[in-house]
Amino acid sequence: MGTDPLLAASVQGVLQQLVFGLATGGIYASLALALILIYRAMEAINFAQGEMATFTTFIAWTLVTQVHLSYWIVFPITVAVAIGGGIAIERIIIRPVERAPILTVVLVTLGLFAVFNGLSGLIWGYTIKTFPTPFPVRPVFIGGVAIGIQDLGLIAVSLVLLLAIYLFFSRTRLGLMMRSSALYPESSRLLGVRVGWMLALGWGLSAGVGAVSGMLIAPITVLDPNLMQAVLLYAFTAAVLGGIESPLGAVVGGLLVGVLLALVGTYVPGLQDLRLVLGFVVIIGVLLFRPGGLVGRAHVTRV
Amino acid sequence: MRALQRPQTVLFLALLLLALVAPLYILGAFPTLEWTYVFAFLIAMMGINLLTGFCGQISLGNSAFMAVGGYATSILVFRLGWNSLATFPVAAALAAVGGILLGIPALKLRGLYLGLATFALAISSPTLIRHFDSLTGGSQGISVPPAEDPFGLVASHALTSEQWLYYLALALAVAFFLFSRALLRSDVGRAFRTIRESETAAVANGISLTYYKTLAFGLSAAFAGVAGSLDAVTTAYVSPDSFDVNLSLSLVVGAVIGGLGTMAGPLLGAIFVVWSPVYAQQIFKARPDIVYGVLLIALMYTMPQGLMGGYYRAMAWYLRKRRASRGAEAGPASGPESVTPG
Repeated sequence: MGTDPLLAASVQGVLQQLVFGLATGGIYASLALALILIYRAMEAINFAQGEMATFTTFIAWTLVTQVHLSYWIVFPITVAVAIGGGIAIERIIIRPVERAPILTVVLVTLGLFAVFNGLSGLIWGYTIKTFPTPFPVRPVFIGGVAIGIQDLGLIAVSLVLLLAIYLFFSRTRLGLMMRSSALYPESSRLLGVRVGWMLALGWGLSAGVGAVSGMLIAPITVLDPNLMQAVLLYAFTAAVLGGIESPLGAVVGGLLVGVLLALVGTYVPGLQDLRLVLGFVVIIGVLLFRPGGLVGRAHVTRV
Repeated sequence: MRALQRPQTVLFLALLLLALVAPLYILGAFPTLEWTYVFAFLIAMMGINLLTGFCGQISLGNSAFMAVGGYATSILVFRLGWNSLATFPVAAALAAVGGILLGIPALKLRGLYLGLATFALAISSPTLIRHFDSLTGGSQGISVPPAEDPFGLVASHALTSEQWLYYLALALAVAFFLFSRALLRSDVGRAFRTIRESETAAVANGISLTYYKTLAFGLSAAFAGVAGSLDAVTTAYVSPDSFDVNLSLSLVVGAVIGGLGTMAGPLLGAIFVVWSPVYAQQIFKARPDIVYGVLLIALMYTMPQGLMGGYYRAMAWYLRKRRASRGAEAGPASGPESVTPG
């Protein structure tokens, strides 16, 4: 963040903030993508998405700082645990209310929110923990501009993640089955697709993507049980901004939100601590003036 | 006095009598204080019930309106030296304005999106309080001088200060209960219920969605504002963290557990939300959140209509069974008795 106001005012400062914004934006985009994976499958928002990610981030923290494993070994382990956990949660907890009214599903995910938030606090406590960063903290000079290697690393990991998800859904049989289950459950069932398990897999994947976003954001903030509440709000903002049904929109929205917050945080002194409020204002504004978001299309309903 | 023959009225008066004498003869200082919080939560949950239970609009953001009320009272008492009683109408009015402002964009949002937007409000409102620290005291919060009673009951040792707060909260809770009961029996209540069941039907019958939804948001926020003021004078302290998203969650959880769309539901919900942490800590040192979460999920499976919904279902089942057994003895029973929430 801007330390020297003279430096921050320069072009170099703007570029640095842009890179930082893209780095954090990639994280918001990841969590937004996790939300959208579930939204497309069952038209419900998982309010516990952030708290589930916080929980898995604590697992990663334990493995890194207590078991002393390398971050890059812990990373896939945690993602695997998250995917398994997500599938289990769908099969055990969400399944009974799958066909219930939307309010019921929302309340169940709010219940999960409370459970995971409480569990993180119960197991790991409320003292703030630092999550070691896997990237070198020194900057690299690109065209004379000092760019944090950590920021570039975050962007790289987000890009790989988003690309992997895109390839999974567009190029694999399983991805195709998941897409068809979400869009045409009846026809898919007739063709022999196990729609229930596809939904569970959607929850698993989204928990996995959420886990990645948690492990990426924790090193640049601090780790406590409320780690992901702000990130969840920005992910909501990203999802709404991009059009809540569109994965591409989530990515665009996430990056825009990241850059917007980085620039506002540096150059608008009065708004530095109001970034959460800014997220709320953007959500309300988009829903009012462009309910379909930037990429998605609006649903027209008549009353 | 035909009204006295109704069992609900008798139960209400009996409970009211019990509530009136309990702090004098039964309750110690700590339970008296806890019951004061029950009444504060009751008022906030009656607001949620009006909005969600009767008008069908979700709000996960009512903690923000409790904050408006709590801070309005604290600032007026602490900085301007008002009597805390005089701040309650101001708190209600300010919160209502906030609710109406939220209600206007909410008109365009349905279900999930409304949940999302109000959730964002609940998460972001503490940072807004911290931002205006010259007014709100920032993260430090504000210590509110003890609530004075204008009748001098505490000064003359007729009541302890806990008992005075208790009776104040009880009086407000009863007033808000009677108000919402009258409101729900009027045209407004019918309009709310029609909107909940079908917006299309409501519009077709000339009910203005704009007017009634905004009214529901404003009323719900005003209830929350008064609850926030009560909370502030009872705790004698407000801080941004006491009005976070978990407060919103506990309001919704309580209203749902008690039974949305019923008159008695909010009372059961408020008792649950205030007393369950007390016992949860005695039984096992878990965070109350975990207990809330597990109970909320379990309730969604077994009694999605909450405790009162479960009660009405059991009553309907019992009446059906009784009628069936009577019918077997003495021919067909008289017309069906409908037992519905509300």
